[in-house]
Amino acid sequence: MNPVILLSIILLTPVACAVLVLVFSRFANIRDAISLISAIVLFTAVCLLFPFAYSNSIELKLFNLFPEIAFKFRVESLGMLFATLASLLWIINTIYSIGYMRGNNEKHQTRFYLCFAIAISSTMGLSMSGNLLTLFIFYEILTLSTYPLVTHKGTMAAAKSGRVYLGVLLGSSIAFFLFAIIWTWSITKTLEFTPGGIFSKDVDPAALSILLLLYVFGIGKAAIMPMHRWLPAAMVAPTPVSALLHAVAVVKAGVFSITKIVIYIFSPGLLVKIPTTELVIYIAGFTIIIASWIAFKQTNLKRMLAYSTISQLSYIIMAAMLATPFAIIAAALHIVAHAFGKITLFFAAGSIYTASRKTELNQLNGIGKIMPWTMVAFTIGGLSMIGLPPLAGFISKWYLLMGAINVQSWFVLAVIIISTLLNAGYFLPIIYSAFFKSPPAGETEIKEAPLPIVIALVCTAGLTLIFFFFPTVFTTLTQSLKGIL
Amino acid sequence: MQSHFLVLLVAIPLIAAPVCVLIKSRALVWALVSVVSGICFLLSVKLLILVSTSETALTYAIGFWDAPVGIQYRLDMVAAIVAFIVSLIAFIVALYSRVSLKDEIKAEKIPLFYSAYLLCLTGLLGITVTGDAFNLFVFMEISSLASYALISMGKNRAALISSFRYLIMGTIGATFLLIGIGLMYAHTGTLNMTDLAQRLPALLGKQSVQVSLAFIVIGLAIKSALFPVHIWLPGAYTHAPISVSAFLAGTATKVSIYALIRFLFTVFDQTYAVSKAHLGPAFIILAVVAMLFGSILALKQDNLKRMLAYSSIAQIGYLFLGIGLFSVSGLSATITHIFNHAIIKTTLFLVLGCMIYKLGHAQLSQLNGIGKRMPWTTAAFVIAGLSLIGVPLTAGFTSKWALVSATLEQEYLILTALIMFTSLLAIVYIWRVVEAAYFKEHETKTTTVKEAPLALLIPLWMLVILNIYFGIDTTINIEFARQAADSLFGS
Amino acid sequence: MKILGLFNYWMVILLMLVGLYMVIASSNLVKKIVGLNLFQASVFILYISLGKILGGTAPIFLKNAPDTVYSNPLPHVLILTAIVVGVAMTSLGLALIIRIRKAYGTIEEDEILEIENKQQ
Repeated sequence: MNPVILLSIILLTPVACAVLVLVFSRFANIRDAISLISAIVLFTAVCLLFPFAYSNSIELKLFNLFPEIAFKFRVESLGMLFATLASLLWIINTIYSIGYMRGNNEKHQTRFYLCFAIAISSTMGLSMSGNLLTLFIFYEILTLSTYPLVTHKGTMAAAKSGRVYLGVLLGSSIAFFLFAIIWTWSITKTLEFTPGGIFSKDVDPAALSILLLLYVFGIGKAAIMPMHRWLPAAMVAPTPVSALLHAVAVVKAGVFSITKIVIYIFSPGLLVKIPTTELVIYIAGFTIIIASWIAFKQTNLKRMLAYSTISQLSYIIMAAMLATPFAIIAAALHIVAHAFGKITLFFAAGSIYTASRKTELNQLNGIGKIMPWTMVAFTIGGLSMIGLPPLAGFISKWYLLMGAINVQSWFVLAVIIISTLLNAGYFLPIIYSAFFKSPPAGETEIKEAPLPIVIALVCTAGLTLIFFFFPTVFTTLTQSLKGIL
Repeated sequence: MQSHFLVLLVAIPLIAAPVCVLIKSRALVWALVSVVSGICFLLSVKLLILVSTSETALTYAIGFWDAPVGIQYRLDMVAAIVAFIVSLIAFIVALYSRVSLKDEIKAEKIPLFYSAYLLCLTGLLGITVTGDAFNLFVFMEISSLASYALISMGKNRAALISSFRYLIMGTIGATFLLIGIGLMYAHTGTLNMTDLAQRLPALLGKQSVQVSLAFIVIGLAIKSALFPVHIWLPGAYTHAPISVSAFLAGTATKVSIYALIRFLFTVFDQTYAVSKAHLGPAFIILAVVAMLFGSILALKQDNLKRMLAYSSIAQIGYLFLGIGLFSVSGLSATITHIFNHAIIKTTLFLVLGCMIYKLGHAQLSQLNGIGKRMPWTTAAFVIAGLSLIGVPLTAGFTSKWALVSATLEQEYLILTALIMFTSLLAIVYIWRVVEAAYFKEHETKTTTVKEAPLALLIPLWMLVILNIYFGIDTTINIEFARQAADSLFGS
Repeated sequence: MKILGLFNYWMVILLMLVGLYMVIASSNLVKKIVGLNLFQASVFILYISLGKILGGTAPIFLKNAPDTVYSNPLPHVLILTAIVVGVAMTSLGLALIIRIRKAYGTIEEDEILEIENKQQ
């Protein structure tokens, strides 16, 4: 099929899904079926587009937003990787959502599926965007479309969290990200994603230093400290939304944007010459350690996972900033690996909540015996986060270590080791108590979660395993990035 | 026929205004005003197309007396853009006003109201098309006098005192303008702007010419509510009938700023204004204070009309900032923002109109849970609010883009940071309303409230859609604005 | 001599300042309008003075006297328009004052402010 048509299908399927969800809002079954079918169609289209990603030449230009800046899309490897990830997880997440939303009798389900579809369409737009402005537009739409999801419960507590969510994400993006984009435009007069970067050699390094910081902190979705506050706040949302935030779209959109900017705007060659790159690596390193430490101290399961995400995101930022070919590949792969692992963990947390209304860590004693599927999946996810083979997390961590050794960055090595220990420190006790401690008496009525939830769980846990054994699908894509570097 | 469009733009509402007084039927007078403002809108569209395709400005000699003897109407790109936005806003507000006026103004006064409305429109359009300095003053007074009357028709008695304050300030401003024009005339013997532009450069050394510039700038600054001479604005916008607030917020201050641009860039030499008069730093400093002051005060308001009024003061700061940069991109950013802000602020005021129509007030503390009762109204507020904040794909984003690139072009990083900071404040004051509307539990009083009638919602949503449309198709608000700025600098 | 020659303009400045002072300083709304009128009147005088040419006569074209010096009629015409505007402003202002008096029972600005503040 014509790749440009495929690209249009990819961009339009979630939009069509949103419209149809609205039309069929009265008929819950049809509505949910539409979401599922669109997800499958989208994934198929993305898979069909896959072979064209290497050429880096498929373009779709819609109109000019400003006289010299077009609203355009371009298929390239990194975006393809992200699109594949998001569309694949959308299928699974939809299955899970159907189980979760019905299982918990959540209100406003139509709004939920509607906003979800819009969020996915902006994720697709973001991953396929051909220039920085297009990327920014979808970045903002993603923020706004996920706001109703975060505040789904509609309580004042949800509103407060939503305030933090929107305040940090919209605020940072308008105050810093947009600033950086316009500044870039005024220096280079182009915003195209160009292999080899768009800055010429004679640009003032001081300006580049500030620009880099503006980008890193302006992309609040990447949750580098002190921009991380929104992630724990967003924990009020229902679990499928947390999965969307942590695995499918939002945080991934953040680190994806940073990686993309590093590769196509700055270019790795230039990045290492910018004085503040080092600073960003340090900040990312501290974020990893501190977030892991906070996660270690948490008593609430979802909050613990949120802080774990913050630390894992900074791995990606750190990897991107190292800017060696191995490190960049590590960044790209970790986007995928972390997504598979973290979505499994969130699904498991949601599954536990649906089945037993438990949210605290100390309530989980012996739960592995009652909900074996859930807890096995949780174990796989947790071990992948720690980075043990044979799981996805191992591969990306391996590449990152290689990248760090290449440039002999002992700081990065130390950070990886300490955080791995901390990760083990907060995941292993949970796994231990879930399987080896006996459940409190009188909890016989708790059963395994509804079937769709279990299916979704098994799928993502399976993906975490498969990724280790067959990483070629993604590594070939990332290898083609190497050509660009 | 086409050659007469320019004068028809002013003549049609002027002739229709007294006719309004003669009509007794409310529906009929509304129909007349809608048709008249609709015709003005179509004319302005046609004129905009004509200007954009022709090399030179359109001119029209009143009574066939050629310039510089006779009064000349002259429409270049910037004038065409402003005329377009003024007549667009006038048309939509006219459509909206039929229902919204019902509660606000006594039935027998409605023809008078519409008569004043059309006079105000005449004045505003007149300012944009005229090429004669004194004629500009006359049109400014026509629009101002009409707007004093319009404001005084507010329901609340505070409208009277607000209108009176505006009258005092406005008259001082207009008289300053008159003095300035008189002094220019004393030296050049002409009132035609093109003619003035040719004769003034040789005379810039004269003190009284310099003084005339000072009088004109201060007079127009008062009219356009630049900080610290903005004090008439919050009261006037708060207490006027909502249609009037919406109309004036979108047009009156913008047209005054247009007049200022006219004098600074067409009549006087802009290089003089920068290098000798040091208007650049003066404008920038006042603009920054206005941006901060307006946004911070907007945060504190409970009355949403007043909140929007303070927000307007901040936005006027943006407009002056663009002028103060004295660069092509700065000026084009101002023109862009004149256009966008007119749409944004009018939309927001019309939203308040829907609320006032249903609830009788627009107090933030009593709007809890309104999002569920009036979903379309609140959604309109959200979209227009996002546009005010400057989220991509809305009109407001293009302004922000233009303004920030203009400040970055001259490497005023602090100004850029300030612009960004004030947009953060805008997020806060807009989001206060969104949270109250969607998250706070509604009180018993609002439970019976239903969505506003279609007669209000349709004009409102026309503007909402334009908010998005002009965020995507930037031909007018970016490209044309750029051309306008280029030609203003070239002349 | 120069000072006396510019007598009109000195008066313009004086009137202008007196007028503006009245607008700002007096609390009575009617006095404010009076001040505004003074202020405008000063501008009228300015314009009229501009049109005067020494030895000039009324600008009526005489066929058999081509050397006659005329005063410039244009500023006078202009100011006629401005006077009309001024009258409109005054009447509108006075009308407003009548309405304010009906609504508040006073035309002193500080008293009105007090009433407004009490309400809020």
